[in-house]
Amino acid sequence: MSQLQSVQGADSVQPFDRRDAGLVMAHLAVSFAALLLGAVAGLLQGLVRGGMIELPAGIGYYQLLTAHGVLMALVFTTFFIVGFLFSGVSKTLGGRLLPGARRLGWIGFLMMSAGTAIATVVILLNQATVLYTFYAPMKASPYFYIALALVVVGSWLSGIGIFLQYRWWKASNRGKLSPLLAFMSVVTMLLWLIATLGVAATVLVQFIPWSFGWVERIDVMVSRTLFWYFGHPLVYFWLLPAYMCWYVVIPKVIGGKIFSDALARLSFILLLLFSIPVGFHHQLMEPGISPVWKYIQVVLTFMVVIPSLMTAFSLFATFELAGRAKGAKGLFGWVSKMPWGDVRFFAPFMGMLVFIPAGAGGIINASNQMNAVVHNTLWVTGHFHLTVATSVALTFFGIAYWLIPAVMNRTLTPRLHKLGIAQTIIWLVGMLFMSGSMHTVGLFGSPRRTTYTTYQDHPDALGWIPYHVAMAIGGTILFAGVLLLVYMLFELMRSPKGYTEYPIGETAEKAEATPKLFERWGLWIGLVVFLILFAYTVPLIDMLNSSNPGSRPWVTW
Amino acid sequence: MHIHRLEKIWLVIGIAMLILFLAVIGAGAFVSGMQPPTSHHHAIDPDRVAETPPFDNPGLVPAGDNEYDVHMVAYAFGYQPEKLEVPAGAKLNFHITSSDVVHGFQITGTNVNMMVMPGEINQLSYTFDKPGEYLVLCNEYCGAGHEFMSTTIIVS
Amino acid sequence: MADNNRGHDRGGEQPLKGTFASVLLLAAIIAGSWLGVYVLFLARG
Repeated sequence: MSQLQSVQGADSVQPFDRRDAGLVMAHLAVSFAALLLGAVAGLLQGLVRGGMIELPAGIGYYQLLTAHGVLMALVFTTFFIVGFLFSGVSKTLGGRLLPGARRLGWIGFLMMSAGTAIATVVILLNQATVLYTFYAPMKASPYFYIALALVVVGSWLSGIGIFLQYRWWKASNRGKLSPLLAFMSVVTMLLWLIATLGVAATVLVQFIPWSFGWVERIDVMVSRTLFWYFGHPLVYFWLLPAYMCWYVVIPKVIGGKIFSDALARLSFILLLLFSIPVGFHHQLMEPGISPVWKYIQVVLTFMVVIPSLMTAFSLFATFELAGRAKGAKGLFGWVSKMPWGDVRFFAPFMGMLVFIPAGAGGIINASNQMNAVVHNTLWVTGHFHLTVATSVALTFFGIAYWLIPAVMNRTLTPRLHKLGIAQTIIWLVGMLFMSGSMHTVGLFGSPRRTTYTTYQDHPDALGWIPYHVAMAIGGTILFAGVLLLVYMLFELMRSPKGYTEYPIGETAEKAEATPKLFERWGLWIGLVVFLILFAYTVPLIDMLNSSNPGSRPWVTW
Repeated sequence: MHIHRLEKIWLVIGIAMLILFLAVIGAGAFVSGMQPPTSHHHAIDPDRVAETPPFDNPGLVPAGDNEYDVHMVAYAFGYQPEKLEVPAGAKLNFHITSSDVVHGFQITGTNVNMMVMPGEINQLSYTFDKPGEYLVLCNEYCGAGHEFMSTTIIVS
Repeated sequence: MADNNRGHDRGGEQPLKGTFASVLLLAAIIAGSWLGVYVLFLARG
């Protein structure tokens, strides 16, 4: 074809574009390599904290923890998401990426990879043992901050590539509603771009000059605030691609329909609006922020729960209607009609199920003064191992099982389905032990981000030990799950050649037309900016007006 | 845009539940004084903590009937004063700052859990009704000795 | 092709009682866990 065609519904049997496949696979390769490395770190951490091993002289617990956080929360996630999103826009917005979009994707990939490599080296050299939140005034090597900047700016280029593809498709399909997967990709990258402005600002304007010694002091409160302005929407950057799978891919996998295209888009717009102006709920126990503004951002946080409540309804509705169409009766008859033997359904569905306790925990964490019960305890660690490390991770695994063969013209064999289901169950068992114990022992006061200690045999700390042992057991089981996953990925890449579907759902016939309002990007961006300015202007000015002279660098490790 | 009747009802229930939570914690915070820890924005030079009153003399200062102001400094890797001993039923008003990096101040088994920032002073009050030896630990990673950073409050 | 809209409620809407029950269960879990931690918070105050 000399001219890219707009592919209707994208359920044509067209093989995935070969050049785009390379871009997607490159991202997935780095993503899963990071997962494996991060998992090794996690395993060691669990065993140390459970009192089962001591680390050899060359490596420290907090180094491992820094590596674990960076690799899992920043590298595994970002690379997977960018790869998945590029695959979705390639498939649904013309069947092939524009050369310019693909080029931006590659430049972005190279920048992100360079940043990842530099960060890994600096961490292993014990020059950046500051954890992935790198709170001032602990000062890492300037190359750590430069590495992070490379990852972020690289991701911006990829985002622009996705926007370019979208803009081209809209221009070639005037008046038509964009494919749902593409719309959601645009919202995701828009969210990311707006959110990363905060971390980019603190890294470029504060940390890099300060860590090189060009500037003597750093404003700690401002740096934390800019970080958490980014840090909360970061988790929605992870969640939205999982929602994309749940909303768009799963209906196709189960032989059903998308419940409501309009409501799906609305939920994404609400997520865009309310996931950013809420960073203070990560700073509730800090001085220097007025209780009024903490509470206002708590209210805004609760608003971001609403699109998830909508999503829960939409997903259950999709299952129920698909089940009833297959003859299911009664309130929960649809359960028996789901394709439990299909790992493309099973893994993400378990992710959805776990999101129930995960989300419940999140609402508790954000509840203003109640945060005192859980702040900086292992409860928080338990929480995010449910959200990102189970709901999002299992969904990403469940995507990879069909995405890899789809882009490489191979098959997802029955054996791989079985292995994938086993992997999912192993993951759930491991997480039950680990996250379950973390939530419990966190309520008893055991702190996060702390290596083995008994605080001089204080009875409280001694009481935590059995839970830390259970965490180590869970972590070991999870590590086995990672090994199985990596084995499966290799088997996938060598499975028999053939066609694997890129599952994209269709909307139910009776659904009404989606309002064009949802693609008035100027309106939504304007609203986001307004909400951010509302939530942050006064408290930030307050901080900037403080007579606190700022902090000099500290290297305490 | 059509919204199913049951979805409308669901959203009303869900949003009402969230509003109820917000009302409960809002009332608790602004009416009953159960605020998250915060200061009336007292700044301090983190390099001069040892010379700045009242942190030049960390410790207990009587502030009423079985009530004390406690001025504390967190540093890598301990707290000043090193030990605290108070009678049962004492109300302690903690004022704490850091002379180096960010620390935590958590008394396990209680709601005392706050961040300690260099350059800022955090405040929280707690009444120690039950006697015992309370564990105070730093729950914000602060460096190589983070896991050793703790103290106790003995309530007799 | 499967017909999603088999078996309508009155008003012609789709049958979503199972969905409704499921999300109510979800709300109960959220409310129950929130209440549990709230009680713990009050007890420790």
